[in-house]
Amino acid sequence: MVEKALNIDIKEEQKKAQAKLDEQGIRVLVCAGTGCVANGSLEVIEKFKELGVETGKLTAEDKVTIIPTGCHGFCEQGVLVCIPQLHTTYVKVKIDDVEEIVESHIKGGKVVERLLYVDPQTKQHVQSDEEINFYKKQTRTALVNCGNVDAESLDEAIAVQGYEALYNVLKTNDPDAVIQEILDSGLKGRGGAGFPTGLKWKFTAANKGGKSYVVCNGDEGDPGAFMDRSVMEGDPHKLLEGMAIAAFAIGADEGYIYVRAEYPLAIKRLRKAIQEAEERGYLGKNIMGTDFSFVLHIKEGAGAFVCGEESALIASIEGERGMPRPKPPFPANKGLFGRPTLINNVETLANVPAIMLKGAKWFASMGTESAKGTKTFALTGEVNNTGLIEVPMGTTLREIIFDIGGGIRGGKKFKAVQIGGPSGGCLTEEHLDVKMDYDSLAKAGAMVGSGGLVVMAEDTCIVEVARFFMNFTQNESCGKCVPCREGTKNMLKILQKIVNGQGEMEDLELLEELALAVKDGSLCGLGKTAPNPVLSTLKYFKDEYIAHIKDKKCPAGVCAALKTIKIEADLCKGCTKCARTCPVGAIEGTVKNPHTIDQSKCIKCGACLDSCPFKAIKEY
Amino acid sequence: MTNTLFINGKQVEYTNEKNLLEVIRKAGFQVPTLCYRPDLTQFGACRMCVVEIEYPNGRVVVNSSCTAPPEPNINVKTNTDRVRKIRKTVLELLLSNHDRECTTCDRSGTCELQKYAEEYGIKELRYAKKAPEDYLPLDTSNPSIVRDSNKCILCGACVRACSEYQGHSVLGFANRGSKTVVQPMAGKELKNVDCVLCGQCKTVCPTGALTIRNEINEVWDEINNPNKKVVVQVAPAVRVAIGEMFNIPAGENVIGKLYAAMRRIGFDLVFDTNFAADLTIMEEASEFLERVQKGENLPLFTSCCQAWVKYVETHHPDMIKNLSSCKSPQSMLSSVVKYVLPKTTEGYTDDNIVVVSVMPCSAKKAEIKRKQLTANGKFDTDYVLTTQEFGQMIKSAGLDLNNLEPEEADSPFGQYTGAATIFGASGGVAEAAARTAYYMVTGENIANNDIKELRGVDEKSYSKVVELDIKGTKVKIKVVSTLREAEKAIQEIKNGTADFQLLEVMACPGGCVNGGGQPISCNTPEKRQARAEGLYNEDLKDTQYRRSHENTDIKKLYDTYLEKPNSHKAHELLHTSYSDEFAGSYRDLK
Repeated sequence: MVEKALNIDIKEEQKKAQAKLDEQGIRVLVCAGTGCVANGSLEVIEKFKELGVETGKLTAEDKVTIIPTGCHGFCEQGVLVCIPQLHTTYVKVKIDDVEEIVESHIKGGKVVERLLYVDPQTKQHVQSDEEINFYKKQTRTALVNCGNVDAESLDEAIAVQGYEALYNVLKTNDPDAVIQEILDSGLKGRGGAGFPTGLKWKFTAANKGGKSYVVCNGDEGDPGAFMDRSVMEGDPHKLLEGMAIAAFAIGADEGYIYVRAEYPLAIKRLRKAIQEAEERGYLGKNIMGTDFSFVLHIKEGAGAFVCGEESALIASIEGERGMPRPKPPFPANKGLFGRPTLINNVETLANVPAIMLKGAKWFASMGTESAKGTKTFALTGEVNNTGLIEVPMGTTLREIIFDIGGGIRGGKKFKAVQIGGPSGGCLTEEHLDVKMDYDSLAKAGAMVGSGGLVVMAEDTCIVEVARFFMNFTQNESCGKCVPCREGTKNMLKILQKIVNGQGEMEDLELLEELALAVKDGSLCGLGKTAPNPVLSTLKYFKDEYIAHIKDKKCPAGVCAALKTIKIEADLCKGCTKCARTCPVGAIEGTVKNPHTIDQSKCIKCGACLDSCPFKAIKEY
Repeated sequence: MTNTLFINGKQVEYTNEKNLLEVIRKAGFQVPTLCYRPDLTQFGACRMCVVEIEYPNGRVVVNSSCTAPPEPNINVKTNTDRVRKIRKTVLELLLSNHDRECTTCDRSGTCELQKYAEEYGIKELRYAKKAPEDYLPLDTSNPSIVRDSNKCILCGACVRACSEYQGHSVLGFANRGSKTVVQPMAGKELKNVDCVLCGQCKTVCPTGALTIRNEINEVWDEINNPNKKVVVQVAPAVRVAIGEMFNIPAGENVIGKLYAAMRRIGFDLVFDTNFAADLTIMEEASEFLERVQKGENLPLFTSCCQAWVKYVETHHPDMIKNLSSCKSPQSMLSSVVKYVLPKTTEGYTDDNIVVVSVMPCSAKKAEIKRKQLTANGKFDTDYVLTTQEFGQMIKSAGLDLNNLEPEEADSPFGQYTGAATIFGASGGVAEAAARTAYYMVTGENIANNDIKELRGVDEKSYSKVVELDIKGTKVKIKVVSTLREAEKAIQEIKNGTADFQLLEVMACPGGCVNGGGQPISCNTPEKRQARAEGLYNEDLKDTQYRRSHENTDIKKLYDTYLEKPNSHKAHELLHTSYSDEFAGSYRDLK
């Protein structure tokens, strides 16, 4: 291969960019990720600006710059304000705290202790990120820049080695070497199925010659998962660079990023990033002066979960209804507009620049035998530290939930964790030491999926959880193939029957039989995985199903239909308060005489429980 | 290149079959399908054709055989417990959500869901039955097609047929999950969308979700009314298809038996639309030659197909002038019958004649309601029965085509030539017109009657072109079936690349043999082919009369009433006009 002549020197560009950053003085990074925005970070940013925190305005000697960033990950503690030069991260910052931070710390050099993170175990204030358990145990690759750079600035991206990998790749000018590097790294698809990324590239590159496309799947739809969103919002240039490298490797000159329209900030930042990168020659026609061109488009999805399935996504870009198409043919052979198409998930592509920069070996040194590198997880549910994390593959559930996640909220007992969203499975205490990688999870009946982790405590009803996810997949089924459309509907009906207390033991057999047929017979990944929550809970929590059916009891006390609310006659003073509170008139009785509840009318809302001054009403 | 694979342990050769299912069926194994239609895009939705495939590397997968490609040395198992369980679950799920009023369903006995439910021994439905509040209203708004969502299994065949045959997406999917439905655009009624009534959606529907409006009882009432003289005519394509309803092979011409059945049922006179097909050729060939001479309004579009006529009126009103002004053979015969019979035949008056036509077509039911096809304030044709309806009528009269002795049609509108018979297959009208046009120009018969380049009803033959040399004058004829191909031809005309002077269009793939009113065949190319061959064989039977101008009754008709083709009187009776008044809908049709 002959080296290509490039019209820029990336190291020079980095120096220039860094010089611009240096001019900013003290950088105050305020998280403008979705969670923090919901907690009022935009107002916090405004307040900082109001107080004169702009370049060169605050103090005579120190320049201070306020920078809205992408997600820091520690959403539980938002709004996060991070001042790296002062080694400080403030948590739960409210608009009223801003003045104190400015006056006391930035101007006066005195840390505002009360706004520091308090370690739940040691009860000590922790000043910087590095000391916070939540961050300490993480290894950030895809998310490395999220929260640390101004997502809307190309200079910031360049200062942290953005586009350097692309620069090297173009200079070396050897597409096959790029593919080999990705193969060697052992990177697997981070969107759910875990297919080896390098192989996908190789298959697509084998069809080189005519028009090819690179498509980025940013249709992140699993409830609770927001890693792709964080990358797109927090570090869009990393994604663009990853796509450009992929395009170069497989011989594509056009690409699409498919983003759901519910991510307006991601769309806005991606558009801005594309525009800026094109203007400065990092994207578009003749990138960095070479003959390699890569034109990127953004396609906004309309919110159908199934469009995260690659063939449905392709149909959607083509303007068709988002319905999966049978495979084969695979996109690598016949994808978008019938042309060879490489389709990768956001996180997968965000790993590419680092692999090209630091080498396959470095990447493969992280993780396990079968799963290399790091993986992001969206940690939610009954865990102390909810948020977005990135850990080496093979980290155990215990480390994630108890070390990073800080254990179960309110000191409750751990019950289960749902991994991989509605397509994943429910794992129990016995799996806490299972290594989080593709094979181990599959063996346990779950999947890495996109990386959603919903932690459940003892007071969560497992049958209700299965019903919830089934309701989700049923609503999001595209309706094309019979097993998924009709099968999920009937699974949902059976689960509904059980949580309503009308289940029969035969229903369990039918439910399992149907779940297996749907898993085996469905057309696409959605249907093939939709029964996983049912199958895994049937496997690990069958007793809880049986309790609902035989004993007509919900052990977690969640299912309203299985509750009975009674008034204890000897405690009831006949004050009539409950009867007046009851919204459906189910409580009868006369003044100063014990009241009773007509069970046929009672809707188990619990209003009477709270109304009774004598604690005479009890839930069974 | 020939490769081999294994099906249920048997080594099987394959070459260029487009999917595994075709290989399996060729090898003599049966796999059930509901959404598979050989000449539509493979959809993979019903999951009935799932098979277990073991790859040489040992990997075993379950996949739909209609979408899986055949690969060398794979081991396919078509009937394992694993795939049978999936099929049974699919059937049980579909039936649970189905309006199972089989006895009153138009498709009882021909329904594929019913067939497989029986074959797979589904005797009990363990899933929740369709609830009364889940039933959707019947759409009977369209003059030809009735849509019952409660019988729809969402196989998408109609959606694909509409878009892939007609380029026309009148039907589409809407909603998600279990609320998914197939419906006309934006949930409108079928009369309020741009449906051309070709009925191809019905020909591919595996259940009773799409049917053709049934008017048997109205016709029985007319027959049983002593004050009415009920005259019947039968179209070319009917004779080679209706036998299928009586276990007679597709393509066998049963016209004599059909005439006999018509008399037994009680029709007063039995005529053949073929007569009018010859008449159409006389008019259309003359019209064509006149336009060629004047160089006006070329290429000439044939106008026999109502779906095509409506398409031009709606989508290309600027090209209405290209349409032949000839009525369709059905309408020509009806107007001639109503004009001539009162003058010649005792007991027939302007007021008591009822014309019933038996057609392979669903669009004809709407054609007869066109205001341009009336005389003295009355419609030329009173009822259209589809081939399928007429087959039912024969059965309900206690007749069996197998047991009837062939009879002849009645004079004077029963005689026809081979040229008329081939109208039923795509290319037939053009071929017949060419034979007579040649004679009209040269005074001699064309040397070779068989213009084979215009024949063929399979997917490869949806568009064909032939150049004729009429003693030095070169004429190029283009024949297309499906409106998708027709649209391409129109675009050629509009962008100036068209080099043909005559365009024959039939909306149904392969022509009328495959019409929306034909017996249920689920639209297989083989059946279409057999029916078309039946027509071409009939054309060869009587070598004396293979050209429309040789029909002696036609000559008499001109001599007695019409002078000559394209005369003033001929125009009054046999020609019509067009407008875009039905553009977009059949809203105003009663």
